Amino acid sequence: MLKDPSALIIRKKAWDGYVLLELRSPRVARRARPGQFLMVRVSGQPYPLLRRPLSIHAREEDSVEIFFARAGLGTAILADKKPGETLDILGPLGKGFVIPGVTKGKKFCLLGGGRGIAPLYFLAQELRAKGGHPRVFYGGKTEADLPLLQKFAAQKMEVFVSTDNGSAGFPGLVTAMLERDLVQSAQPALIFACGPDPMMKRTAEIAAERKIPAQLSLESIMGCGIGACWGCVRKIRKGRAAEWVKICEEGPVFSASEVVWEE
Amino acid sequence: MKRIGATDLAVDLGFLKLRNPVLAASGTFGYGLEFKPFVDLDKLGGIIVKGLYFNPRPGNPPPRLAESPSGLINSIGLQGIGVRAFCEKVLPQLQGLQTPVIVNVCGETDEEYAAVIDFLNKNRRIAAYELNISCPNVKEEGRCPALSPEHTFSLVKLAKQSSRRPLIVKLSPNVTDIVSVARAAEEAGADAISLINTLLAMAVDIETRRPRLANTFGGLSGPAVKPIALRMAYQVASRIRIPVIGMGGIMTGQDALEFLIVGARAVEVGTANFVDPGASLRIVKEIQDYCRDKSISRVEDIIGTLMTE
Repeated sequence: MLKDPSALIIRKKAWDGYVLLELRSPRVARRARPGQFLMVRVSGQPYPLLRRPLSIHAREEDSVEIFFARAGLGTAILADKKPGETLDILGPLGKGFVIPGVTKGKKFCLLGGGRGIAPLYFLAQELRAKGGHPRVFYGGKTEADLPLLQKFAAQKMEVFVSTDNGSAGFPGLVTAMLERDLVQSAQPALIFACGPDPMMKRTAEIAAERKIPAQLSLESIMGCGIGACWGCVRKIRKGRAAEWVKICEEGPVFSASEVVWEE
Repeated sequence: MKRIGATDLAVDLGFLKLRNPVLAASGTFGYGLEFKPFVDLDKLGGIIVKGLYFNPRPGNPPPRLAESPSGLINSIGLQGIGVRAFCEKVLPQLQGLQTPVIVNVCGETDEEYAAVIDFLNKNRRIAAYELNISCPNVKEEGRCPALSPEHTFSLVKLAKQSSRRPLIVKLSPNVTDIVSVARAAEEAGADAISLINTLLAMAVDIETRRPRLANTFGGLSGPAVKPIALRMAYQVASRIRIPVIGMGGIMTGQDALEFLIVGARAVEVGTANFVDPGASLRIVKEIQDYCRDKSISRVEDIIGTLMTE
């Protein structure tokens, strides 16, 4: 992990409610692995105070991309940044996805819900580079929540979309679309998912029912991103017991079977 | 060798001489190791590691953090590894460092504070203790010792009897009369006072009408609290003889200098470490730049120089 106080924004793409920024930061790019994240300073001023944790969406030789939704004040300020401006970033942080040793010819299901699609593009590219066959399940509330569909399609990735309101693709939740697919086609070697908590929980259930290993990238408000504040914990099984584990340090990706769902 | 004309940044707490007046505050700097990629720990005045109870502590359920304008509200619940793991796993990794390591000591009961100190006494790597008297006390229905001068006095006295190291007592701002608590600690034998801990606070999500912290209440830190912290540091430094270490929302060298000017002999940098992991060393440099610009040869010459006439 390192600090790049002046990662230059070299490209921006904006949709209704979503933004993609490409940041020139060779040292961060070189170290980045799928599922890792950046802590991005939103402003030099004390408000908003904290950095924002954002998944690494893609990696080029000298740059990384972030993709995020305008969710609150911090991301709204970030969304207004323009090419030519710089961002203060820490990264790459966290442990990321664990890509199995043997990927060649294997099928993988990648589930992204809304802004949770962010880390899966980098993962899909990596899996494909290693001879794997990623199949992307991309869900949103409406068609407007699927801005990256064209990007995946342009890379000739296999993408299936779902919308809660039925405005595009499968009508219903992305997890329901996955279930239907699991009935119809060969079982994947692994499921990877990132999205809102109810989707993560359902994905874990589906994976457990069918005994498919799954990895979930979890989200939390974070104070520091480097393990110092202990603010971003989730309940994770450790042997027989379960404890509050910092997702910035031991995650943000966990095996679905390790995650304890409260309530 | 110091360059001729360079500012002498060292400050003397009496019981401990610091290379410079900037310490990393407990609870914001992990166990120190987390910051190795960003900070040369030996260039700091010292590090105060995360609060330790005797046994490991699970901490509070999430959400544990809520951001507020220029501030951060936390209810971590002092999750931690306990003294044994600290001595066995963490301290050996800090062994090669020159920087003073100060341990923040916690307890659910007065006896637990004493037990933690007793356990840590064996370890020579520890330069001093910072007594965290803001821990909910199970024998006082969760009231922390810091809320009462009487409890502060008896606890500090007990801790001082147990301790083979200098004892810094960290005060809570959640009191009406901070000076009376500081005096109680001084009379009980404290070697220094540090202040302030966080301010009790809360935040509400208006969509769900739920508290934004699972614990409902948390402690507010960050730039939002600095004016209050500064006022309290000034009040206490003016009324006691033992050294005061000031903290609360210090983000810049300028903030740190304000604390030194009102009489703090050193400062702790806390929440700033989250925003910028290199903040502590940047603040050292900013203090140095100020001294150079003003031709101040010793940072000690700034301490307690507030002009009130």
